[in-house]
This record gives sequence, C-alpha cells and structure tokens, in this order.
Amino acid sequence: MDTATLEARFQARIDADERIEPKDWMPDAYRKALIRQMSQHAHSEIVGMLPEGNWITRAPTLKRKAILMAKVQDEGGHGAYLYSATETLGITRETLIEELLSGAAKYSSIFNYPTPTWADIGAIGWLVDGAAIMNQIPLCRCSYGPYARAMVRICKEESFHQRQGFDILLQLSRGTEAQRAMAQGALDRWWWPSLMMFGPPDADSKHSAQSMRWKVKRFSNDELRQRFIEFTVPQAQFLGLAVPQGEIDWNEFHEVLKGHGPCNHERLAARRRAHESGRWVREAALAYAGKQRDRERDQHREAV
Amino acid sequence: MSAAHGRTSHCVYVLRLADSNLVLAQRLGELIGHAPALEEDLGLANTALDLLGQARLLLTHAGKLEGRGRSEDDLAFLREEGEFLNATLVEQPNGDFGDTLARQFLFDAWQVELYERLAASGDPQLAAIAAKALKESRYHLRFSANWVVRLGDGTAESHERVQASLERLWPHTVELFDADAIDREMLAAGIGADLTAVRAGWQRRVDDTLAEATLARPADRPWRWYGKRGQHGEHLGRLLSQMQALHRAHPGARW
Repeated sequence: MDTATLEARFQARIDADERIEPKDWMPDAYRKALIRQMSQHAHSEIVGMLPEGNWITRAPTLKRKAILMAKVQDEGGHGAYLYSATETLGITRETLIEELLSGAAKYSSIFNYPTPTWADIGAIGWLVDGAAIMNQIPLCRCSYGPYARAMVRICKEESFHQRQGFDILLQLSRGTEAQRAMAQGALDRWWWPSLMMFGPPDADSKHSAQSMRWKVKRFSNDELRQRFIEFTVPQAQFLGLAVPQGEIDWNEFHEVLKGHGPCNHERLAARRRAHESGRWVREAALAYAGKQRDRERDQHREAV
Repeated sequence: MSAAHGRTSHCVYVLRLADSNLVLAQRLGELIGHAPALEEDLGLANTALDLLGQARLLLTHAGKLEGRGRSEDDLAFLREEGEFLNATLVEQPNGDFGDTLARQFLFDAWQVELYERLAASGDPQLAAIAAKALKESRYHLRFSANWVVRLGDGTAESHERVQASLERLWPHTVELFDADAIDREMLAAGIGADLTAVRAGWQRRVDDTLAEATLARPADRPWRWYGKRGQHGEHLGRLLSQMQALHRAHPGARW
C-alpha cells in the first residue's frame, strides 16, 4: 500500500473519532508532533516540581506542608506517566531527558518564573493548574490513545490541585493585611504568564492547524484563553483581589521561550545537577542488576 | 514524674518520636525534585509524606499530654532548637544519595523494631499510631535497604561512598538504644519499648543487609550524641530556622 493511501486511511480513522494505538500505522509527522508535545508536557511536570518545591521546607503549617509535598509528588508521577506514554512512540526516556538537559527540548515557560512568597504556591495551583486543566481536558479526547488515557488520570489530580491552590489564596485573602498583600502580589505576578500558557495568538500559532486536523488539538489558543479568563475573573472577585489590567506582552513570552526568563538558568541547572550527582547511583544500580543476572544464571546452571 | 520544660515523661517520650519524624521529613522534603532519578524522587517523597503524617499525629498527641492547649503547629513552629528532642541521626544533612539512603536505612530499621513494640503500648493512642505507622515503615525499610544493597554491591565507587556514609552516621545511632530515665520509666509503665530488644532486632536487620551489600559494620566510637535530650550538633538550628521562618514572621496568622 502506498503512503498516500495509508495517510488517507489514517485521516479517515481520525475523522471517524477512532483512537490511534501504538502499533497502528501513523505518519512520521504525526509521530514526531506527538513526541514533541508529549515530551514537552512530561518535562513541564518535572521542571514544574522546582518552583513549588521551593516552599516545601517553609510551608507555614504542617498540613500545608503535607499537601504541598503530595502535590509536588503528584507532578513527578505525572511526569513518569507521560514519559512512559511517550515511549510508546518508539523513543526512550533517556533520550528525552538528554534533550531536556541539553536545552534542545522545551518545557512550559511558566515554570521559569520565581516563587518568592508562599502566596505564589496558591497562585500556581489556582492559575497555572487552572490553565493547564483548560488545555488538558480536550486532550482527554485526543486521537492518540496512550496520551488521551494519561490525560484522563492527570486531569483528575490537577483539578484537585487547583482547588488546593485556590484554598491557599482564600485563606490569605481573609487573613491579615500582610497576607492579603501577599495574595495580591502573587496574582499580579502570575496573571500574565498564566494567560501566555495558552500559546501565541491563533494568527501566529505555527503548529495549530495540523494539530486540529489530527485531533490532537480541539480548540484554538485564543478560544481556550478566553474561556480561562471568563472562568477565573469571578473567582478573583470572590477572593477580593484585583485582576491586572492591560494586555499580554508577547515580547516577554518569546524572550522567556528563548531562555531569557527570570529562572530559566536556575531550573535547567537544578535538573542538570540532579542528573549529574545521580550518575554514580544509576551506574551502581546497573552494575548491581548485572551481577544479579549473573548470579541467577549461575544458580540456574547449577540446578540443571 | 520527671520534668523537661515542665512536661511529663509520657509527653517527652511521645515528643521525641514526633520530632525525629518531623525533622527527617523536613530533610527529605529538601530533596523533592532534586533526586538522582524520577523513581527515587517519588520514593523519597513518599517516605517524607508518611513521616510527616506520623509526626503530625504524634505532635497532636504530645500536645494533649502536655495539657497546655498547644497544637501540632505550635509545637513544630514555636519551639526553640534546644526543645527539639529528635535523635541527631535525622538532622544530618542529605549529603549525597548514599548519605541520604544510609541515614534512611539506619532509621527505618530502628523504627520498624520500635513500632512493632509500640503497637502493643499501654497508651492506646500511641499504640494506634504505631500500628498504622508500622506498615509504612516496613515499606520505607524495603526501599532503603534495597538501595543500600545496590550501592554496596554496585560499583567500586558506590561501595566506597556508602561505606563512608555509614561510618559518618554510625555514631548517631547509639542514642537510639541508649535508655535514659524517661525510657526506663515509660518501659516500666507499659507505655514505652524495651530498647535492649529493639537494639537486638535492629542489629540483626542491619547486619543482614550490610552482609548482602558486602559492606562492613562500622566500629563504635566513644562520642555520644543526645539529641533526645535537646543536645544537638550544628545542623538542626539551620533546619529549624528555615522551617519556622514564615510561620514566625506572622504571629497568630491563619494559613
């Protein structure tokens, strides 16, 4: 069967809302686009552990500390789950992580912003996880089976995180003057970067049209962004916080994307440090596994 | 009734257990997002969460025994360094992965032996906490003992590193079994564990794992640490100043 026929059949399955599974034929471009998007998503979960992890040791109560620890652990779990889903496309986790550490692969730019106060932990839950949910709910119906299934599970946990983040800000907004100021400061810091999470305006979005045809994407960046604003503004009013006025600075978006955000350097450096300092540990685990295999083989021989 | 800051022995006994859990959870919390590989990150975070959960139950119990209306947060965030009664083992810095896992292994093996006995404590609240925590600690011990074996019997480098970690940490294990007046009083009251029996069980576990890991049991050294009496080294103060800073900066605030 020639490529054109295969592609036509593939598109027909997509149009019929059928799920594509790992062993099915798929166009190289579809495979590549999915590897790019899913690995970016996995990397974002892993790098996203860092800005929130920044407050684990300083959380203001033990209950908040436990909730935050569990949340950051969940993000790590999402990363592991998404790396596995990406591996179904024929690429190894090692390769993906090398791409992250070399700077070749991207992750969500939002995690290049700092978390100077406890309120930032609330804002990340409420706004960043909130925006992520808007982006991800349509992905639960994405055409690639393993990705869609991963997203069903992840979305459930994310909506839990979002409520926890909102609850942090609710408590702060009903607290002392200093706590209210902390909450407003966090909203001021995270509002624009959260809106940027939906990607560039539709007119400038280079991957969108093809992704829509493949049903990897189902709504445009601007549609989702607008939906998020409509959803979030009343919540800010409920908190008694003022939503920043103005327009998105797309220049900032592109600069952060290119690596010139406030914490790009720290985030990658932290990942590289963890990876480098763990090298001897991974080598030990491999060496031990090798010895175990040898021992089992010897035992087997003796038994025979 | 022997007093430490006006507390009963019973309260001090529970507080010691609570503080060791809390301080180790805080140490492990520093690592979340920075472990050598994702699975280890998840495993250590899991241990940290369990220990923090145990610490919260124990602190709440200690607060009730103290009878001054203090909550888990009052006890965690508003006590000074000298009032913390954790074993000095758990305040040791994370160091490299070998240090972290050796510390965890020595602690987990102790905790399993201890909880096995405390599950039958005459203090029903302590017994209930220990019975629940025992399941978690057994799981932690599997994780940490597996890693001690892999590192010990892995490469020459990993063997040397984890052996050095054990040597550094070993002196901090002595106080875990060194029964003082409070331990003896609690044992006699049917509340506390028999530390002689705990030590025997711990040594068996440690020796078995070290043998499998081809590691040597370090020699005992003369210096004794007594974190459980509030005598700490240089690390705990910094750990607490980080943990308590935000809470203390806003007296009386709710979070």
